[in-house]
Amino acid sequence: MIPELGHFALVLAFVLALVQAVVPLVGAARNNQSMMAVARPAAQGQFLFIVFAYGCLTWAFITSDFSVQLAATNSHSETPLMYKITGVWGNHEGSLLLWAMSLSLWTVAVTVFSRNLPDAFMARVIGVLGFVSLGFIAFMLVTSNPFDRLLPGAPQGRDLNPLLQDPGMIIHPPLLYMGYVGFSVAFAFAIAALLTGRFDAAWARWSRPWTTVAWVFLTAGIAVGSGWAYYELGWGGWWFWDPVENASFIPWLVGTALMHSLAVTEKRGAFRSWTVLLAISAFSLSLLGTFLVRSGVITSVHAFATDPARGMFILALLVIVIGVSLLLYAWRAPKLTGGGSFGLVSRDTTLLGNNVLLAVVAASVLLGTLYPLFLDALNLGKISVGPPYFEAVFVPLMTPVVVLMMFGPFLRWKNDEMGAVVRRLAPAAVVSVLTGVGVAFAIGNPTWRTMLGISLAAWVVLTSFQLLAARLKDRHGGSTSSRLSTIPAAWWGMWLAHFGVGIFIIGVTLVGSIESNLDLRMKEGQQADFAGYTVKFRGVVEADGPNYDAMRATIDLSRDGRAIATLQPEKRVYRAMGMPMTEAALDIGVFRDVYVSLGEQLPEGDWIVSLHYKPFISWIWAGCIFMVLGGILAAADRRYRRLAERSAPAGAAAHAA
Amino acid sequence: MKARSKRLMLVGGGVALLAAAVALVLSAFQQNLVFFHTPTEVMEGKAPTGKTFRIGGLVEDGSIQREADGLTVRFAITDTAKVIPVSYRGTLPDLFKEGKGAVVQGTLGPDGQFRATEVLAKHDENYMPPEAAHALEQAHKAGMTVSQ
Repeated sequence: MIPELGHFALVLAFVLALVQAVVPLVGAARNNQSMMAVARPAAQGQFLFIVFAYGCLTWAFITSDFSVQLAATNSHSETPLMYKITGVWGNHEGSLLLWAMSLSLWTVAVTVFSRNLPDAFMARVIGVLGFVSLGFIAFMLVTSNPFDRLLPGAPQGRDLNPLLQDPGMIIHPPLLYMGYVGFSVAFAFAIAALLTGRFDAAWARWSRPWTTVAWVFLTAGIAVGSGWAYYELGWGGWWFWDPVENASFIPWLVGTALMHSLAVTEKRGAFRSWTVLLAISAFSLSLLGTFLVRSGVITSVHAFATDPARGMFILALLVIVIGVSLLLYAWRAPKLTGGGSFGLVSRDTTLLGNNVLLAVVAASVLLGTLYPLFLDALNLGKISVGPPYFEAVFVPLMTPVVVLMMFGPFLRWKNDEMGAVVRRLAPAAVVSVLTGVGVAFAIGNPTWRTMLGISLAAWVVLTSFQLLAARLKDRHGGSTSSRLSTIPAAWWGMWLAHFGVGIFIIGVTLVGSIESNLDLRMKEGQQADFAGYTVKFRGVVEADGPNYDAMRATIDLSRDGRAIATLQPEKRVYRAMGMPMTEAALDIGVFRDVYVSLGEQLPEGDWIVSLHYKPFISWIWAGCIFMVLGGILAAADRRYRRLAERSAPAGAAAHAA
Repeated sequence: MKARSKRLMLVGGGVALLAAAVALVLSAFQQNLVFFHTPTEVMEGKAPTGKTFRIGGLVEDGSIQREADGLTVRFAITDTAKVIPVSYRGTLPDLFKEGKGAVVQGTLGPDGQFRATEVLAKHDENYMPPEAAHALEQAHKAGMTVSQ
């Protein structure tokens, strides 16, 4: 009964989405207040029904109702409660419902937090979001009903894929989806602007916090996914340039460009047409990401569906969204001329340069991701494009981005002098290069990669502090603390996020340069030396979990006779699927992780033990945390809450990012 | 500088930058493509020697052997028509098993032995890597035409 109620709620949500899509847009076109007023209640009602449907599905999982097909294939009565709940989105249908729910949540957030928007504009934004929602709920109802019954019900479920039974997977999908779907708000603002022709500073200011928050979610989601791959896949890699990772990284790159382009549009009224195009692209690429991951064209743990009808439906949805918005863009964008002019040496130019570079990087990642799929679809052969391609492209293109990123904040908007800035930043540049070369030799890895990475990181860190010092020094008198208190949150956000990039680069560079790995055959009681540590294999015992049987090894890690940690990696077999899993054990530290995983047991009873030494890997996550915190600070800036002054002229507030 | 020449410089610089980026992307692309071949194609000499490529198929039953160090593994990949011997040093994926699908990436030695640097297996029990499925399908088709 409960699953049927859920299904019914989903149908009602579809009806409300239809109302939300059509009525406010017609109302806005006819300037009919009462029709426009339908937008908010329709969106909020839709949210309630989707949450109810989601709750019903979760209930089927929690109560192990295996007459529901989805629960039967993705849960098991012995699955721990947490993974019963997260199992709801560990499959195609449930993850679509999560997608629709986060879209609905974003829409409700817009109705709540953007009360000061003009009614007609608001109606259009909500209407556009309604259309997107309509498409996704229709997709579920037509091709992927999460409430399908299995009659007669299965006596037992098949369990959730063991790879997904992990704490990282509890938060990764919701974060990632909130990020993906969050770009729909910027998209809806852009479409509403195209419909009305309103592209002023106020429009950019409305869009900015929404874009930033979506970017924060996406960044956090990608970082958590990367962390999960690192400790769960059992071989210590943190980024594989796997098509599924790329599917989330491409919108991230474009979203990053969009955030910065919106800043220029708000402050200077420039780049308007480019900003709109980026807003359309960021969301279209999020949809493409969903298509790639969910349709089964990519083969990975994410590809639940291999039903071509579903792929075709998402593809059609994608074509409609991209086609309609680009047509609208082609029709309206020629009117988007003007905006402030700017000199060659100006903050505007650095932001433009980085925007173009980020777009090029996104395009080249997209090429590497899609090209094998095209060839395959056209029967021209099977190829794969691996990490070497992406690294060969990514590093040289991102290097100028990182250099320019720290130049920008030192330059004034509109026009500045090259000589002054170069003189200010030359010492930092020289010290950075020396640091890069010095560190590379000091750690015994004098490669281009290490020198470049450390130089870039040093450049970011040094200029960050120089920027902070400059910010505290200039301005009209007052004590340092009073100057500190006048710095807006957005400026701190910019500073922290850019600083985070530096920390991130340190982690990426050092883990790549000086990590080491050793696969060993070990007997009980045997010792081995590895990366300056002594590793003692104390043996293996059985250690069964709620829904798996495991062999658990105990390994002592010591250094110069001093015990450091006892690590217990496991080899598990999940009972329901009979699927083996490697559960690594980590000793996590600020400057290094030691990572141990179990390979196979050999016929003589020995085990293969895989040891990894991962220097500075925590700095990768720390860098991401700084970026996320920076984004949160930027979005929390007070001026976004003072929307009453919404028609402030472009270029009025010249400070801050 | 006049506004117009400034704009020209900006546009010119942008175009030069884009051209450089495109050149970089295309050259990286050409150098790093990894082609896929079925065991039959490899036996027919269609695969390059000394260049990295992928082979997919089933791990032949009874073919997995470990050397004395316990780390180097020898096995054979088959599309049911032809068999390619493979050697690999390192940890195998959890789902690597005899009789199941797998994809190996590496180079073909002059002795006809494939030296794998990477072994990919399925992500769950019910699922076959598409490259492996493709290889079996090709061999199956070829077998059908011969027998008809």
